[in-house]
Amino acid sequence: MPAVRDLSARPGPGWVLALLALAAAAAVLAYMTVGANGRWGFVLPFRGTRVASMLLVGCAVATATVLFQTVSGNRILTPAIMGFDELYRLIQTGLVFGFGAGGFGDPRLRFLAETGAMVLFALLLYRGLLDRGGHGLHRLLLVGVVCGVFFRSLSQFLQRMIDPNQFVVLQSGLFASFNTVRPELLALAALVVLAACLAVRRLVPRLDVLLLGRDCAVALGVDHRRTLTQVLVLVAVLVSVSTALVGPVTFLGLLVANLAYRVMPTYRHAFVLPAAALVTAVTLVGGQLVLERVFALNAALSIVVEFLGGLTLLVLLARRARA
Amino acid sequence: MTRPMIEVQDLVRRYGDTAVVDGVSLRLPERAFVSVIGANGAGKSSLLSMVARLLPASAGRALVAGLDVAATPGDVLARRLGILRQDNGVAARVTIRDLVAFGRYPHSRGRLGPADHAAIADALRFLDLEPLADRFLDEVSGGQRQRAFIAMVLAQDTDCILLDEPLNNLDMRHAAAMMALLRRAVDERGRTIVAVLHDVNFASCYSDLIVAMRDGKVVAVGPPDEIVTPAVLREVYGIDVEVVTVRGYRTVFFYR
Repeated sequence: MPAVRDLSARPGPGWVLALLALAAAAAVLAYMTVGANGRWGFVLPFRGTRVASMLLVGCAVATATVLFQTVSGNRILTPAIMGFDELYRLIQTGLVFGFGAGGFGDPRLRFLAETGAMVLFALLLYRGLLDRGGHGLHRLLLVGVVCGVFFRSLSQFLQRMIDPNQFVVLQSGLFASFNTVRPELLALAALVVLAACLAVRRLVPRLDVLLLGRDCAVALGVDHRRTLTQVLVLVAVLVSVSTALVGPVTFLGLLVANLAYRVMPTYRHAFVLPAAALVTAVTLVGGQLVLERVFALNAALSIVVEFLGGLTLLVLLARRARA
Repeated sequence: MTRPMIEVQDLVRRYGDTAVVDGVSLRLPERAFVSVIGANGAGKSSLLSMVARLLPASAGRALVAGLDVAATPGDVLARRLGILRQDNGVAARVTIRDLVAFGRYPHSRGRLGPADHAAIADALRFLDLEPLADRFLDEVSGGQRQRAFIAMVLAQDTDCILLDEPLNNLDMRHAAAMMALLRRAVDERGRTIVAVLHDVNFASCYSDLIVAMRDGKVVAVGPPDEIVTPAVLREVYGIDVEVVTVRGYRTVFFYR
């Protein structure tokens, strides 16, 4: 019989959370101050907007990924792999195509319309797929990849037919970058993320039970279909927020969610969700710092994110294949 | 027969044109150990899943403790009916104690009180899992895992428990121990247990009642003395067997 693991030897979940919060605070502090050689009155608000958007996006991406992995019952799928952000970009393109770049006037109104459409389509497309407790990892992966390619081709097709002036407006929102955050969306996005996080809090006990799989969750009295619907709505909203703010970075979720599972000594969402958000904050703020100071802005964040996220996916798949 | 714990009325489950459960009606008493036997594909698991509301019925209905399973809210039913299916994968690393604690969810909604802790400790003791309670589920043997899941269902503290092949992955010794334990849950705690079993001998030695199924229909229902006979078993499994009585229990010899 192997030796029983001494649980007291590892720090408790509360300590891990405190350490992560400390690391995130340190990353934010470093980002705000390193290489600041201008007037503070300019530097702080300028960098503050970026940090705020990174923290918001980090929270949204991490929460969306952990939620999606819990309802789909595995830790390789993410909203990004299942084509969520491609769907959002298709909706963005479709709206510009249909109504013109100025059609909605206020960008906040357009953001809300896009998010609403996103929720609707995500429910239509993905609820049926996950309702019967999934059909095996490979089928879900395949469906996700096919969906992603399909949405991307459709939006590229629409972009080709769009008026070139409107295309320029659209394009600025389609690349992942924290350098072109739209400050007019920041306050609204913060409000939406906060509301989503409050909704997630109420779901936490049910999310824990869902880790046992659909059948066990139903046996324990969880209304699986209702919970799945609520989770998919939240995932769609959170992906919309992060994609609208900085473009597609949700692939990052794969990396940070799995890091959070690794460092958290518990399965409980009450700890895993904040841990994932903090890990994302550290990764994003730290990554952006390195990008700006070391590579002097010569690399795009999306390249770094997709490179690391893709590497993580391959490692996870290879380990799953061996197990 | 006293008040039925489980009542099934003309239950049907169709996939396309084939009915895997084809008009099953049953009345199963409370405080009994009921085994469901039959060849592969006879519809045993589908029947159990429909009673457990994991699979919607194509027609007919199922009542547990007088509650229609399709119409009763899930959380109400979860305090009357516990279910364990085969191959339960857990998507996270949990300890055996965590798993058993999940059984209290219908009562605690995730906030464990003193009564919940008592029930968890009791279930761990009943299944002899106390020394293993803080081990992770992926670090224990298949038999210990199976016992942990049974402990979770027992901690749920329901009158009625449905088990789909609880002896899967268990060797002779652990299978016998599991059956003795389930029998004790019926005798000492007044539970009603319905279990799908592949081993007719275990069904014969431990059950109060055996339900024999073939091609989606119930062929026979009765105590082991009536079911474990060459005639009934030929109808259920389509093979000729020899029935020998050992220490008062009817056992089947079919190995060659």
